[in-house]
Amino acid sequence: MTLQDIYLLSPEISLAGLALIIVVLDVFIKNKILVQSVIGIGLLVPVILSVLLWNGIGIQAELDSNNQVFGLFNTLIVDKFTLLFKFLFLGILSIVMISSVSYAHRFEKTKMEYFSLLMFATVGMMLLASTRELITIYISLELTALPMAVLISISGNKLSSESGIKFLILSAISSALLLYGMVWVYGLTGTTDVAEIFHSIEGMSRQNGDLSNTAFGNYGLLLGVILIVAGFGFKISSVPFHMWVPDVYQGAPTPITAFLSVASKAAGFAVILRVFYGSFSSESLSIEWSMIFAIMAVLSMAIGNFVAISQKNIKRLLAYSTIAHAGYIMMGLTVVSSRMDDFTLAGPGGVVFYLIGYAATNLAAFVAVIAISNKTGSDLIEDFAGIGRRSPAIAICLAVALISLTGLPPTVGFMAKLHVFTVALNGGLWWLVLAGTISSVVSAYYYLKVIKVMYLSDPLENVRIKADPLTSIALAVTVLAIVVFGFYPTPVIKAATIAVEFLLI
Amino acid sequence: MDGLTQNTGFNGLLTALVFLPFVFALFIFIFSRNDNQVRLIAGFGGLVELILSIFVFITYNRGESGFQLIDRFSSWIPVDSFRVEYFLGVDGLSVPMVLLTGLLGLVAILASMGITYRVKQYFIWILILQGAVFGVFTSLDFIMFFLFWELELIPMFFLISVWGTGRKDYSAMKFIIFTFLGSAFMLVGIVALYISAGTFDMTTLPILVQEGIKLVIPAGAIFGLLFVGFAVKLPVWPLHTWLPDAHTDAPTAVSVLLAGVLLKMGGYGMIRVTASIMPDVMADMAWLLVAAGVINVLYGAVVTVRQTDLKRLVAFSSISHMGYVLIGLSAIASKGVDAAAVGLTGASMQMFTHGTITGLMFLTVGMIYDRTHTRYIPDLGGLSNRIPIIGAAFLIAGLASLGLPGTSGFAAEILVFLGAFPVWPWPTALAVFGVVITAGYILWMSQRTLFGPMNNRWTKLTDATKLELIPIGMLVAAILIFGIYPAFLTDLFKMGIEPIVAMVNSSPEILSR
Repeated sequence: MTLQDIYLLSPEISLAGLALIIVVLDVFIKNKILVQSVIGIGLLVPVILSVLLWNGIGIQAELDSNNQVFGLFNTLIVDKFTLLFKFLFLGILSIVMISSVSYAHRFEKTKMEYFSLLMFATVGMMLLASTRELITIYISLELTALPMAVLISISGNKLSSESGIKFLILSAISSALLLYGMVWVYGLTGTTDVAEIFHSIEGMSRQNGDLSNTAFGNYGLLLGVILIVAGFGFKISSVPFHMWVPDVYQGAPTPITAFLSVASKAAGFAVILRVFYGSFSSESLSIEWSMIFAIMAVLSMAIGNFVAISQKNIKRLLAYSTIAHAGYIMMGLTVVSSRMDDFTLAGPGGVVFYLIGYAATNLAAFVAVIAISNKTGSDLIEDFAGIGRRSPAIAICLAVALISLTGLPPTVGFMAKLHVFTVALNGGLWWLVLAGTISSVVSAYYYLKVIKVMYLSDPLENVRIKADPLTSIALAVTVLAIVVFGFYPTPVIKAATIAVEFLLI
Repeated sequence: MDGLTQNTGFNGLLTALVFLPFVFALFIFIFSRNDNQVRLIAGFGGLVELILSIFVFITYNRGESGFQLIDRFSSWIPVDSFRVEYFLGVDGLSVPMVLLTGLLGLVAILASMGITYRVKQYFIWILILQGAVFGVFTSLDFIMFFLFWELELIPMFFLISVWGTGRKDYSAMKFIIFTFLGSAFMLVGIVALYISAGTFDMTTLPILVQEGIKLVIPAGAIFGLLFVGFAVKLPVWPLHTWLPDAHTDAPTAVSVLLAGVLLKMGGYGMIRVTASIMPDVMADMAWLLVAAGVINVLYGAVVTVRQTDLKRLVAFSSISHMGYVLIGLSAIASKGVDAAAVGLTGASMQMFTHGTITGLMFLTVGMIYDRTHTRYIPDLGGLSNRIPIIGAAFLIAGLASLGLPGTSGFAAEILVFLGAFPVWPWPTALAVFGVVITAGYILWMSQRTLFGPMNNRWTKLTDATKLELIPIGMLVAAILIFGIYPAFLTDLFKMGIEPIVAMVNSSPEILSR
């Protein structure tokens, strides 16, 4: 490990260091506000380091032709794709931590452990986005999953503990599937490096057009790919790997639910983009897995949206909605037909753009739910009655978030959906786009139903609800992002387009 | 065609027209202290918008065709895979629609002065709604068009479900789901066109499609997707079921806007998008248009006769009248350019006149309801003894609706029939019976509500106030002016429509594709 490696890893190292410092400080310092301020200031360090890396200042090693930097024996890769996701994770982490402050009184004793575990999970996700080697991917995935399991059950009540166990077991199963898939790929290609897997597959298929003369013919590699899809499918909560989502989302503390729904998903998609557009981007293989993703997308959109209609609990509703949105995002993964086409990268670009838009939107929704349920103590939709009058500001923020989730203009949700629809239709998958649009219509029903309850039902009591300043900041930032990027998405689309250019090998 | 490719510049008038309502809404949101201030600002906003739309109507140069008053800013979303421009402009087709929106916008605001429940939010939503409709009629970039098209859903949802009556929740949700479903299909169509042509520019798409670019999905499929979106809005039978519910349960002013301008977005879209981008497919499918049109006219009229709720009656009569728009559009299949132009002009004219006539009808029905608190026709009767001005306005609207010569309704219907008859003699002949049934239900309804023995409950009714006289006067004037001298509008419409119909016959080889 050279100095260069440390520099490349510095955002992760500083965040993990901060997490450790917080645990130690918690023991010695009684004043929790002080510790929280330390977190707040400490979080700036990884952000600044990521900005420095983005600008390429101080990198001694020569950039290779692609402006990518490799480190740690080529397991680590730092490029704009990686860094964009690092910014996204750090942003999500900040919003979640800010909105957790008022929520965390429910588990006062373990509050600081809660914050430090969140940071560890984020470190895992940042590593996940910046690695290009299967074993490191697996380890980063575990680094994300284990703190998450603790965080989910941190409330200590029955529902929360049950969710934690559920998450742990299913996460273990999916990791096992993933590992088994990786073993297949390693067995057939002899390497765990994403780029070398690609070259190895290309080499094998060059001989007679497909993989028929390798072990198990075409099916060996395909089996590996399918197992990897299954493993990642769990992370991105897509059908048919979605069974854990509603229960875990309901049982987990709400900020953790928010974190799971956006950060976990973004990490899953980041690594999917890296592996599938890297290793498995050869033509014969990409046609197979893009179709798998297309079918999973249709199922996710259909099941997520239809089951969400009958939900009574807002967290369960958002859980099914997140399944549906995994489907919309996966539409971006279906365009692979030919690597020569300029449009191929529009697919991953759409995925990244959607992830950023979805992060802002879903965080806004969850922060609003946190602000409301902090005061009402309930997650039931019927208890949202009259919030429009009890707290106009929170209600309008939640309404904007729900409108963005529906995909109505002028919100970023609309632009993101439009973008992935364009991409998918360009790939010739009109049936996928039709399924997407029709399921959006279905989703309008249940999102608007929440808005209706907030504004049209009479309030149960007339006490006004006021969000505390920190939650208000989180809410304002996310809602502003929704509206601003709804009107002017150009910077995000451009950043996403630049980032995905680094995916190709 | 050179004129079309040179659509650049930034005039600013249309930008002001489209975005001022939003500015006024924001102004109300931030500055208004009490309900009266809200009413004042909204009323002023409505007036400014009307003046601006009249200004657009006047400044549009009738000497040269094509798009004018262009506002274009091409680097809004300048990404290769997804190029969206800011592009506003008007032609002969959209100018009258802009005028109609300005007119009915002020009427709706004036008709809402009696609202006392959550006044601030109400006027904010009304203004946003008006801005969105202006946006639909002036956008020339497909994504902007769609953006405004969808933007109108949220205000409508709140306006119906908060300030409505009866089963308002159900109606509002039904309206949203129907329209959203239609626009979902439309979006797929728009995206398919974009991928084929590489542009969202509505002025160059017709040329590119005409030149025979390769479409990613068959032209018929794109046409179908787009058409469904507009058909839900118009509404075309059997996609019409949201309309009676939405109308019946909406507050008066929202009914005026819904019937007056929102339905016209459907017809406008059919001409601006489907007819101009794929005229040949539309000509091929004209049998469907005329069939749907005849069903709309006759089914709507027959159902109208049976209604006992005054507002529901007017709502169903709207369905019947929108059938004439479809019949007028079906003239696009005619061999000669002239007949097609006459039919389409008639359809556009019908949209405008129906906007003013039904606007007036809903307005007066709302006034009657405010006074009597019932819309049940058998309970009413002899009202014109007590409220002669409202009664007279209601009667004028009714007579214009059945196409009495001298009113704008006549001019529109005669053009529709003239245009469609050469191509579709039998269906047109059948549709003419719709006029007879219309006369039947209008006269019967007037007789049961305005004349005949008066119910003793209504002896204390008072006639229209001065504030109510203004919108009544505006609409009556519009009906009579454009009835006596329809060429004001028809000339304009023709300018917008002739380039479209000229394309139908210019390239017969496309038919074989």
